[in-house]
Amino acid sequence: MLNVGKIEEGFVLDHIKAGKSLELYDHLQLDKLDCTVAIIKNARSNKMGKKDILKVECDIDMLDLDVLAFIDHNITVNVIKNGEIVEKKALVLPAEIKNVIRCHNPRCITSIEQELPHIFYLADPEKEVYRCRYCEEKYPDSAK
Amino acid sequence: MSPLDFTTQELDKLFDLANDIERNPKKYAHACDDKILATCFYEPSTRTRLSFESAMIRLGGRVIGFSDAACSSAAKGESVSDTIRVISCYADICAMRHPKEGAPMVAAEKSLIPVINAGDGGHQHPTQTLTDLLTIRSLKGRLGDFTVGLCGDLKFGRTVHSLIHALVRYENVRFLFISPEELRVPDYITDMLKSRNIPYNEVIRLEDVIAELDLLYMTRVQKERFFNEEDYIRLKDFYILDAAKLALAGDDLLVLHPLPRVNEISVEVDSDPRAAYFKQAQYGVYVRMALILTLLGLA
Repeated sequence: MLNVGKIEEGFVLDHIKAGKSLELYDHLQLDKLDCTVAIIKNARSNKMGKKDILKVECDIDMLDLDVLAFIDHNITVNVIKNGEIVEKKALVLPAEIKNVIRCHNPRCITSIEQELPHIFYLADPEKEVYRCRYCEEKYPDSAK
Repeated sequence: MSPLDFTTQELDKLFDLANDIERNPKKYAHACDDKILATCFYEPSTRTRLSFESAMIRLGGRVIGFSDAACSSAAKGESVSDTIRVISCYADICAMRHPKEGAPMVAAEKSLIPVINAGDGGHQHPTQTLTDLLTIRSLKGRLGDFTVGLCGDLKFGRTVHSLIHALVRYENVRFLFISPEELRVPDYITDMLKSRNIPYNEVIRLEDVIAELDLLYMTRVQKERFFNEEDYIRLKDFYILDAAKLALAGDDLLVLHPLPRVNEISVEVDSDPRAAYFKQAQYGVYVRMALILTLLGLA
């Protein structure tokens, strides 16, 4: 059994789909933070069989919950203060995401005007479908 | 940006104004005397551009603009955002056509003047949909309580998709989609209809259903939507509406087409009182006049 120490202040992202933690690491831009990050891959889970966990020792406000919710709203976000869980945050699909995913429609204005932000809005909450704000291209191509 | 930006009540107001312009053109002949419309057309579209220009001139206004990206600063690499900021200093309202989807929306976000989407790639062509709705309302006397047949290229035809989205907001509309297998209406449209319990049926032969229709919306199979020339040649003449087929239809059918037609409607149909596609082009000017007045706050 691998032991990773407690963190004093920060967050623990639990129930990440096995193998997805590095993707989250990138999206949350954790590489840009000067803090302790533990990436635990394929941890045993009663609920999921295998799961990933991310532990990040930093100010909780630095976490973009919208990005997390977009990637997987089943992730459990535990807020840690003084080494204890003080809050579990529920994730809801964000109404809009900016510069998290890119529109790949070659006919979209974002394909030629590089300075434009890539904005997607939640078009179908039930099917978890996002569409590009400019051309309405669906993301992902088939229902997520 | 989209016909759905207007509520149905706002559309009624717009169409009432368009009908008033139709009845009393002189009343509006100087409504835009001191106003300038900029037509920014990054790809050629003679019909839509002339319709906008005609609308503004009939309102007493003046028109500036370009009809090809090669004649604009885009050829020098200027962004849409920068172009519209400059155009905002020159004109009071802008109609923009662009081959890239969403370009008019980008322009509208940066603009100080109203921007009308005059077509953006295969995405939206809202003033065509407004034209279609006004034509139907004016000639049928209602929007709703009818069976609509949409025929031809239902896969790539943006006017068709836009019209369906606009019509589902009215009561008791039934759709019959008439197309070859390869050009069927996309799943997201049929999914939307199912979720709203709106009746529809998909058929291949126009002759089988034409008698049931109150409206028949014909479309052109557009060469530019195909990657493969063979597919285009095979499908382009799949549907031709001629006098023999029209003889099977009811007397109060309305035949619409966004134009230009190639040969999907035989010329012999033009003289039939049910052929409304040239009247549709006339309504296109009225609805653009009403739109310009509304967006300039002059309605």
